[in-house]
Amino acid sequence: MEVVISLVVGVLVASGVWLVLRPRTFQVLIGLSLLSYAVNLFIFSVGSLAIDMEPIVRAGVPADLLHYTDPIPQALVLTAIVISFATTALFLVVLLALRGLTDSDHVDGEEERP
Amino acid sequence: MTAPAWSDHLLVAPVLLPLATAALLLMLGEQRRTARAAVSVVSTLLGLAIAVALLLHVDASGPIGRVYLPGDWPVPFGIVLALDRLAALLLVLGAAAGAAALCFSLARWHRAGVHFHPLLQLQLMGLAGAFLTGDLFNLFVFFEVLLAASYGLLLHGGGAARVRTSLHYIAINLFASLLFLIGVALLYGVTGTLNMADIAARLPHVPAADRGLLHAGAAILGVAFLAKAAAWPLNSWLPPAYAAASAPVAGVFAMLTKVGVYAVLRLWSLCFPETAGGSALFGGDVLVWGGMATLAFGAIGMLSSQQLGRLVGFSIIATSGTLLAAIGFGRPALTAAALFYLASSTLAAVAMYLLVELLERAREEETDPPLEVTEPLPFFVDARSQANLDDHEVPVVGRPVPAAVAFLGVAFVIGALVVAGLPPLSGFVGKMAMLAALVEPERAAVTAAGAAARWMLFGVLVVSGLLSAIALMRVGIRQFWSPQSRPAPHLRIVECVPIGVLLGACVLLVVRGEPALRFLNDAADGLHRPELYIDAVRGARTVGQSRPQ
Repeated sequence: MEVVISLVVGVLVASGVWLVLRPRTFQVLIGLSLLSYAVNLFIFSVGSLAIDMEPIVRAGVPADLLHYTDPIPQALVLTAIVISFATTALFLVVLLALRGLTDSDHVDGEEERP
Repeated sequence: MTAPAWSDHLLVAPVLLPLATAALLLMLGEQRRTARAAVSVVSTLLGLAIAVALLLHVDASGPIGRVYLPGDWPVPFGIVLALDRLAALLLVLGAAAGAAALCFSLARWHRAGVHFHPLLQLQLMGLAGAFLTGDLFNLFVFFEVLLAASYGLLLHGGGAARVRTSLHYIAINLFASLLFLIGVALLYGVTGTLNMADIAARLPHVPAADRGLLHAGAAILGVAFLAKAAAWPLNSWLPPAYAAASAPVAGVFAMLTKVGVYAVLRLWSLCFPETAGGSALFGGDVLVWGGMATLAFGAIGMLSSQQLGRLVGFSIIATSGTLLAAIGFGRPALTAAALFYLASSTLAAVAMYLLVELLERAREEETDPPLEVTEPLPFFVDARSQANLDDHEVPVVGRPVPAAVAFLGVAFVIGALVVAGLPPLSGFVGKMAMLAALVEPERAAVTAAGAAARWMLFGVLVVSGLLSAIALMRVGIRQFWSPQSRPAPHLRIVECVPIGVLLGACVLLVVRGEPALRFLNDAADGLHRPELYIDAVRGARTVGQSRPQ
């Protein structure tokens, strides 16, 4: 599973960085979204990657990482998702405003002069 | 120990008060302008009073102020707010910047768009939270609060220029926030905790095999902080964004780069002191040389700026560079001097941003309609200008100077003296203290940056002071000594009061320099003895634990 997660994170980061460096605003937006997905998966992976384990303590089972998965990264991911969702939505609004004001979807509001 | 007294709860007030005020302002609705402004002013002044009270309290108490557990959970698990001298100083500076900007905006800017007052309150909440929190992830959350508010504030007033620079500003900050998250996650993965004091306490026990991962995490976190502190080469976003922002907003933004500097100072002094064994002074060289590059970049940028707003933006970059380089040495005397410089330059930068608008307004009234292209700054010799004060043989002596022009002139001179670090004002005291700390002989031979770096910083500090003095002098000549007669600008009293108070505070910093430097020396001593902070935070007891059985 570690290999799969690393590959997914790697591919997402690579595509995200490439898109962020593009000149069109919508590509930058998608790039930032991909990067935030990659970061969320990465935060998961710093806990302990585990299948079929829950983060909530049950009676009678010793509270250690052999029996549970680490709840903190899940809490962090939840917060990070909410925050990046909100800021990305705001970015989208600014993108549309720039589009409306300059009639261009270039990140600088005007095409580069050759 | 007994249950916390009322005064203990004061520690959480700088966060809760602006939050409650923002909610109240939203409920009041956009139509009731007077009521909104009144609520906002009362709350901001109250926040400033609370910050000053906390500063006086922490000055009277022991080496570390106090620790507050908002959720009353035991320490490594719950949220921690910790107040020491550094946090108290920055709280006061942030509240002062907010109060000045709010007062200035009452003249007209707060009506230029919707929700100015709630956004400003949320900005102050984010600032206060970032300075107070003792938890790495909460630091991220408060960073996001203050950034989200700053996105809204930057857009305040509208227009293509603001939207365009906002897009860049938001994209860069989103990216930096993602780096922040990666760094936090890596540190959590290595140490298993998010509490900053707990991380610092566990660092010596990190096995050698994990130390590379730890350093990678700290470095990524550092890049995120440095991007917010506008360190070279991560600072190209700052001058256009701050120059495009409306004047009161730019004034508050002058405080935002200090959050990045604060985060670096807090985390590095806690986690990587000289005594940290395998990680001693990790990254100190990067801070020192990066800071010097930033300072040089800022000084050259000031010289090359054609607009006053951009010039002040570059001076903020120069300040960040100075602070980062001084922090990188990890020496208490230098840190104390840097903190003094931080206080005086922040106050001056806020005042200068407010002043920029008044000066630009004077220029706009002179050339009606406002020119798109700004006239070039006078070079050392302006060949085109034929005008001499004697040309028309008008007696220039005894002609009355309008009060507004006199005020702008005096304020500009004071602000320029502080920003350039010239005597006799506080900028000079800060720079002088830094230079003195740089030349004093080494106590211990073990420093990350050697003698070469010290002399290099000495030289860069002096030369950058000269460059910024030249840049500001050129602006002053153009604004005040240019020969054509211009009508006096219309200033309102609410616009002049904050500038006067801020610059007065700079003067006060000189007059009362001794207690200020003593306070900041104590602050730097506390920072360079991280075990005090660590023990204070880890020793904090919940109400249940401290209640007598």
